[in-house]
Amino acid sequence: MRISELANPSRFLGAANLAIPWLGGATVILFAFAAYRAMLAPDDYQQGATVKIMFLHVPSAWLGMLCWGLMTIAALGTLVWRHPLADVAAKAAAPLGAAFTLLCLVTGSLWGRPEWGTYWVWDARLTSELILFLLYVGVIALWRTVEDASRAARAVAIVTLVGAIDLPIIKFSVDWWNTLHQGASVFRLGGSTIDPSILIPLVLMAAAFTLLFVTLLLAAMRNEILRRRVRTLRLVQASTAG
Amino acid sequence: MPATAHIEFIIAAYGFGVVVIIALIAWVMIDYRLQRRVLAELETKGISRRSGRERAGQAASDEMSKTA
Repeated sequence: MRISELANPSRFLGAANLAIPWLGGATVILFAFAAYRAMLAPDDYQQGATVKIMFLHVPSAWLGMLCWGLMTIAALGTLVWRHPLADVAAKAAAPLGAAFTLLCLVTGSLWGRPEWGTYWVWDARLTSELILFLLYVGVIALWRTVEDASRAARAVAIVTLVGAIDLPIIKFSVDWWNTLHQGASVFRLGGSTIDPSILIPLVLMAAAFTLLFVTLLLAAMRNEILRRRVRTLRLVQASTAG
Repeated sequence: MPATAHIEFIIAAYGFGVVVIIALIAWVMIDYRLQRRVLAELETKGISRRSGRERAGQAASDEMSKTA
């Protein structure tokens, strides 16, 4: 099956029904292995055992940004290509992105208290991450507020494209401003500054989180297609009753 | 630094992580069952997307027979 054929919601449902159990199984196995490696990882020479919070914080931060990136592509799909699944993907992704961004903020605060002596500072990285969370909450509210689904999709798509400006700000905030948050240590020119004993479990956890995200996104998209079918049938029911 | 220093922050972070992940999984599973159940109920009542089209088609043919 070609990817373009999945643009048909019925074909997408068939493929999702087939893929979700396998992806779910693979997610469980990868999470178990990644958590085992994370548990065995040594303490950091400066952070001590609190470095283990990074195995949750960093993947959730990446996913929060990745999810908005996907929503940006979906927004283009809605506005430019009018792809039938674009707004379905955007609507399904938003709560997932919000959850991972919230997880990033909370775990970051819980790491910050023992390491920085405070749960929160208004530095550029933390503030831009909080703005990303508020953007997620905003688009979820917009979906629920606008009655007409196609109008809601266009409004959300425009907000998503504008909100994408926050992604490079989050990424480069530690370079552009003097922040308490540390600079890039995984993806940087000259290679990672993290020791392999911590880097490998971190990458494994990131892979497990990404697989979880893909599985949940497919499942949430399937739910959204079914919800739209229910809505269509209710309209048919109302018209036949009238 | 002892290995268990700040253990309460580590437990709180992982506890919150588990809650968020379980909540997301529960959300998609419960929503899936709900949508499937509602769809099945509507289909049991004989309502399908085709019945809407049939009704529209019937209305059109009635209209044509009136004008003929």
